[in-house]
Amino acid sequence: MFRSLARARGNIPMSLEFSADSQHKITAICERYTVSGSKQPAVLATLHIAQKEFGALTDDALRLVARTLDLSYAHVFGVATFYTMFRREPAGTTTIRMCTNISCMLRGGYEVLAAFETKLGFKKGMSNKQFHLVEEECIAACANAPCAIAGTTYLLDIKPQDVEGILADLAANPRPEGEVV
Amino acid sequence: MPTSRDTKVVTSRFGDEAAKTLAGYEKTGGYQALRKALAMRPEDVTAEVKASNLRGRGGAGFATGVKWGFVPPASATVHLVCNADESEPGTCKDRELMYWDPHLLIEGMAIAAHALHAVHNYIYIRGEMMREYAVLVKAVEEAYARGYLGKNILGSGTEVHLSIHRGAGAYICGEETALLNSLEGKRGQPRLKPPFPAVKGLFGNPTIVNNVETLMNVPAIIDKGGKWFADLGVGRSGGTRILCVSGHVNKPGVFELPMGITFNELINDVCGGVWKGRQVKAVIPGGVSMPPLDPSELDVPIEFDALQTDERIKPVHYLPGKQFDLGGGKPLRTMAGSGGVVVMDHETDIPKALWRILKFFAHESCGQCTPCREGTGWLEKVSRRIADGTGKPGDLELLGTIAHGIAGNSICALGDAAAWPAMGFLTKFWPEFEAKIRRAA
Repeated sequence: MFRSLARARGNIPMSLEFSADSQHKITAICERYTVSGSKQPAVLATLHIAQKEFGALTDDALRLVARTLDLSYAHVFGVATFYTMFRREPAGTTTIRMCTNISCMLRGGYEVLAAFETKLGFKKGMSNKQFHLVEEECIAACANAPCAIAGTTYLLDIKPQDVEGILADLAANPRPEGEVV
Repeated sequence: MPTSRDTKVVTSRFGDEAAKTLAGYEKTGGYQALRKALAMRPEDVTAEVKASNLRGRGGAGFATGVKWGFVPPASATVHLVCNADESEPGTCKDRELMYWDPHLLIEGMAIAAHALHAVHNYIYIRGEMMREYAVLVKAVEEAYARGYLGKNILGSGTEVHLSIHRGAGAYICGEETALLNSLEGKRGQPRLKPPFPAVKGLFGNPTIVNNVETLMNVPAIIDKGGKWFADLGVGRSGGTRILCVSGHVNKPGVFELPMGITFNELINDVCGGVWKGRQVKAVIPGGVSMPPLDPSELDVPIEFDALQTDERIKPVHYLPGKQFDLGGGKPLRTMAGSGGVVVMDHETDIPKALWRILKFFAHESCGQCTPCREGTGWLEKVSRRIADGTGKPGDLELLGTIAHGIAGNSICALGDAAAWPAMGFLTKFWPEFEAKIRRAA
């Protein structure tokens, strides 16, 4: 009881550690910002790395990021929960970000999103082992609406009948977002 | 002589995979403008950009050279930051520009950095643009290896560093002070201005934030001269303009076109007309923040000043008969914005389209200012019930009043960006909204 309270306040150092490769990357990233006199500008990149390495930004992962960059847990928590690409829960390997904003809506984006939900068997915001489905607010590919993005792959001019093939392809060639981290 | 539609300043390498590599870029004239600029005094580079009438392509259309001139003289540390956080719905040019011609952006930034005495510089790229991030990382490595970036670029004694900073999903980070906070490792919440970034920006130092397309125009200005660039454009707007056309046209796409082409020419000549043989009902002229145009307003040239002042565009009202005042009695018509043109055909459900736009702003409000945080949520809620067919009498007046309460009352322009389309759609399509509410009753 006392232990979990203390943990909730962020006071207990945890055992989670970055891999040597990630530590090396984080050190290199911090060097881009030496002119600032702080490691704080590296927080977004470090959170991307932590999410890749641990699958989600759990409390322990956030504490590790805070410790690595000499920041408070509260600051890191505030940043991690502000940006939509960061997640606190684990998710399927490939995140499909399906846009339904105006340009996509006008050409059937909602119908494509519904097709993804039907074929996957779960609603937007949810995951299975392979996939995580997100309703996205514009991916800057409006001239090819309706569109979605899966890691470095753009899915353009999608029709509802394309969805089954897209899923089969992504199942065979997963596109984790951590690829570019 | 009017500028030809074939004139390409920033898209000449589109579709050429080889041009993405440093060797391919150099082979097509790349980095010659940087050599020329390094031989010039920094203030002469800025003067050339001023003479070019280059205006910011991110949305506001502010004169780039004038902005550069705001950096206090003899500042010890200055930063140049490229805003590559493109996320205004309807806009899809910067992503394409970075993908097809990353070295043109690097060259433009190196020239601008020389002009500004900026040593430590950054590209803030949207987190979702993973493919473009990878392209830029590779290009920056190549540029460092060949001495176009580094401690002493091309032996000129000028030091220019460039790092790429990935965002993580937040539309608000396209606002320049939110972007700077995000770059500093904070939540992306805008800062009060003044001080403006040119005086106190990144890490407290003078900082110039420019859009991708803006910076990619700089090498051509140095190469061919400010006058050449100014002459390509019209009035006080130099150069060409990239327009991203989406929605109900036969050939949507990203097109570099002469500044001042009209919407009718764009839709009918460039994009093959409205799809399915239908008619235009509404056009968003430059990203969803901008008030829409109706079919009677489409002969106006797509140019920064014209879209704000052309009297063929009706002033925006927040309630029937009550004109929205931009200050000093100046009416809001619309703006050229980010170049994202969204075409809606005559069968479009306008209340539903407005709801989708307002849902976006409710989602993206950073939560800092009460009028925007609460107001965008209310706009979304009221517009949703109108779109759903459960609107109530008085809802349109309520929408207009909420929008009027948000506009001008938040730290940054996101509040205005939500209020303007709400007021604009109500101004132009009031009867359609009214009919939908009447059917609900």
